[in-house]
Amino acid sequence: MDYTPHTEEEIQAMLERVGAGSLEDLYRHLPQEILNPEISLPEPLPEWAVLEELRRLAGKNQPAFKAFLGGGVRSHHTPPVVQALASRGEFLTAYTPYQPEVSQGVLQATFEYQTMVAELAGLEVANASMYDGASALAEGVLLALRETGRMRVLVSQGVHPEYRQVLRSYLEAVGAELFTLPLEGGRTPLGEVPEGTGAVVAQHPNYLGALEDLAPWVERAHGAGALFVVVADPLSLGVLEPPGAYGADIAVGDGQSLGLPMGFGGPHFGYLATRKAFVRQVPGRLVSETVDAEGKRGYILTLQAREQYIRRAKAKSNITTNAQLTALMGAMYLAALGPLGLKEVALRGVAMAHRLWELLLEIPGVEPFTPKPFFNEFALRLPKDPHAVREALAARGFHAATPVPREYGENLALFAATELHQEEDLLALKEAMWEVLA
Amino acid sequence: MSYPLIFERSRRGRRGLRLVRETPEATRYIPEEFLRKAPPRLPEVDELTLVRHYTGLSRRQVGVDTTFYPLGSCTMKYNPKLHEEAVRLFAHLHPYQDPRTAQGALELMWQLGEYLKALTGMDAITLEPAAGAHGELTGILIIRAYHEDRGEGKKRRLVLVPDSAHGSNPATASMAGYQVREVPSGTDGEVDLEALKRELGPHVAAIMLTNPNTLGLFERRILEISRLSKEAGVQLYYDGANLNAIMGWARPGDMGFDVVHLNLHKTFTVPHGGGGPGSGPVGVKAHLAPYLPVPTVERGEEGFYLNFDLPKSIGRVRSFHGNFLALVRAWAYIRTLGLEGLKKAAALSVLNARYLKELLKEKGYRVPYDGPCMHEFVAQPPQGFRALDLAKGLLELGFHPPTVYFPLIVKEALMIEPTETEAKETLEAFAEAMGELLQRPKEWLEGAPYTTPVRRLDEVRANKHPKLTYFDGD
Repeated sequence: MDYTPHTEEEIQAMLERVGAGSLEDLYRHLPQEILNPEISLPEPLPEWAVLEELRRLAGKNQPAFKAFLGGGVRSHHTPPVVQALASRGEFLTAYTPYQPEVSQGVLQATFEYQTMVAELAGLEVANASMYDGASALAEGVLLALRETGRMRVLVSQGVHPEYRQVLRSYLEAVGAELFTLPLEGGRTPLGEVPEGTGAVVAQHPNYLGALEDLAPWVERAHGAGALFVVVADPLSLGVLEPPGAYGADIAVGDGQSLGLPMGFGGPHFGYLATRKAFVRQVPGRLVSETVDAEGKRGYILTLQAREQYIRRAKAKSNITTNAQLTALMGAMYLAALGPLGLKEVALRGVAMAHRLWELLLEIPGVEPFTPKPFFNEFALRLPKDPHAVREALAARGFHAATPVPREYGENLALFAATELHQEEDLLALKEAMWEVLA
Repeated sequence: MSYPLIFERSRRGRRGLRLVRETPEATRYIPEEFLRKAPPRLPEVDELTLVRHYTGLSRRQVGVDTTFYPLGSCTMKYNPKLHEEAVRLFAHLHPYQDPRTAQGALELMWQLGEYLKALTGMDAITLEPAAGAHGELTGILIIRAYHEDRGEGKKRRLVLVPDSAHGSNPATASMAGYQVREVPSGTDGEVDLEALKRELGPHVAAIMLTNPNTLGLFERRILEISRLSKEAGVQLYYDGANLNAIMGWARPGDMGFDVVHLNLHKTFTVPHGGGGPGSGPVGVKAHLAPYLPVPTVERGEEGFYLNFDLPKSIGRVRSFHGNFLALVRAWAYIRTLGLEGLKKAAALSVLNARYLKELLKEKGYRVPYDGPCMHEFVAQPPQGFRALDLAKGLLELGFHPPTVYFPLIVKEALMIEPTETEAKETLEAFAEAMGELLQRPKEWLEGAPYTTPVRRLDEVRANKHPKLTYFDGD
């Protein structure tokens, strides 16, 4: 099976037409010493056997249908209507909409996505998506550095540690300096913004789940001539004051919470929203409304002078492939829920997380770590190594207790709850935890 | 009539999904000052309206499933339906679940890494990058870390790219803090070796090449190029966008490349999704392995695990473990085809391109660099025709156009890549249409398309007065 339609006769006729004797002949101009290397790959399998092998591998996993694991990815319901619509071949098998006349589906859907993201973030514009939350953060900070012409960045330790690692990789490459603001009591203490700072970055709710009061920080950053970048879970923005409302200049985050499958970490999508004043510094694609030759409304990729295929080495970013399809799923999810539905889903997670917090703290030796108020996730200090706790819980059929890196403290683990969790799920986890920690 | 926006279908109080029975009181958990004062203006629609809206949008969109899509350099081959079934088996895995409960996923990643190493001739691999250009950045950061580790970081400040390179190459080098110097192509469309020699030296960090190049030509002097770069201490980077033509037949590793990225969404049939998500694994030769991003997937005595213990690593380039579900699709493709299937697919992509090239030459198109092309070729319309008009004319005739105006070194370029999954009669129908366009009156071409959902769009207006959200201007 190779998905090619050619019959033997057709291959012969075509070879003849191009003046070749065989398929091998098509490669005769390559250096002989590199041609036909020995390559060891498994024998091809018929379709059913490929699926059987995949099922065998999948069978070695213990799926996490109602995981209590947090840390940037959570168990959510993926609506079948979203799956079905996003699976349509026209969306799935299209490429970047370079020919707008036959790409209005993707272009309009992206325009609608941009609108929804800007609304959630309380900012004026959003791009068509980034790879994930971490790359959105890195690109958002680079945007701020271009805009301010400065090379120093302050980042709160409350920003997801993996996002900070990605940020570091991107910033080191261009020679920018990154300074970390350590958390105090689970939150980012208000500090000084040194001269030459181009961006201050915080996450809200932060990596440990705590809500951060960022308005004073934004004021201080602006006072020092820096831009403020907020990492925010888009689901939380159905309930929480949006970054734009408290003065942030750039909002970024990961869209997995908008009903996307966890997929062992990807693909999800990253969003990036900002002020219209910075639009010419925005990385990646932007869709604009315009009119066609008959004055009819239509959509088109715009401000392409920012992009790599026009500006090459002077482009704002090298991003070409983004996360169009998963961003589309996020938009469909938002449209399906509407503002009220989104708020309900977010608040249900918040309520369940608080209930879980109460229950788990009844277990001897478990101590609170994330301060209140927190959102749908929190860290606890466990009396045992969290890796061992996670393993022991998995043996009992529970996926919970994301080990928190040591930089935050010893024996910390994250717990999260979502709209999927019911009281009985929480009680069952509590019982399992009790056993594991006994 | 213009197609309504989802916001225009919205009616206050209408509900689509209801996922929660009772709504908890927000202020019980969150102090007032943190709460949103005004709800986001999201659409309010019922499920059927939602379904009709997006189904209607999909009908205003073409894809490989609906239309021949010979977009050069993008490898729009068929995306097997099997793969969509495959990913459902792995949808419910959390990246932070105990690795002992995700052994199947880790084994799949490890196996895919082995297959990709075998196909590229590389020694070590990362599956983390989320796209080709992301892989490029990863690869260049690895090269940078290598030079720095050897104390040559300050000296080697330049990256060389051919003038025919993908735009992402210079943009990537620049994002990695390098200066970029273009190397001209020779009259045969391959890298001008003398020009390259003049540029090479101890100030150069890397050369970025794709082979076959963006003219669809195999760089026949590649072994000499890699010898020269080795002598100069320069790392040779392989842009894998065009690997489709040679998979199984020749390997970048054997050509002397030190780093290679792969576009799983091109060569390995992961659907392009209207622009992503993709996946861009990066393979390296052994001397660069210590610098790979963390974590790598390893096989140990007690099973598969994520290895974070790479002291010289460039760090992370993406959260979690990359676009895992894209990896599942690529795995399924390789296991379905095996080596012989991959080689046949590659050869037929070349045969389709050469066949179509002959047909188009017959119709009056010119091929400026008419060497033995691989899976794609660059054609030019006869004098007096604009590539853009021909593209728009093709839309009217029911085909997705080729890539236009790229590579930049060919005027009025039409970069055509039929891929191996297209049938002979499709190529012939396309060639007929291309021929027919040359017979149409100029006015017809300049006015095309006529019956698409919209006609030519005002790009200037979108640039001068971008309207980027529905509420812009409210």
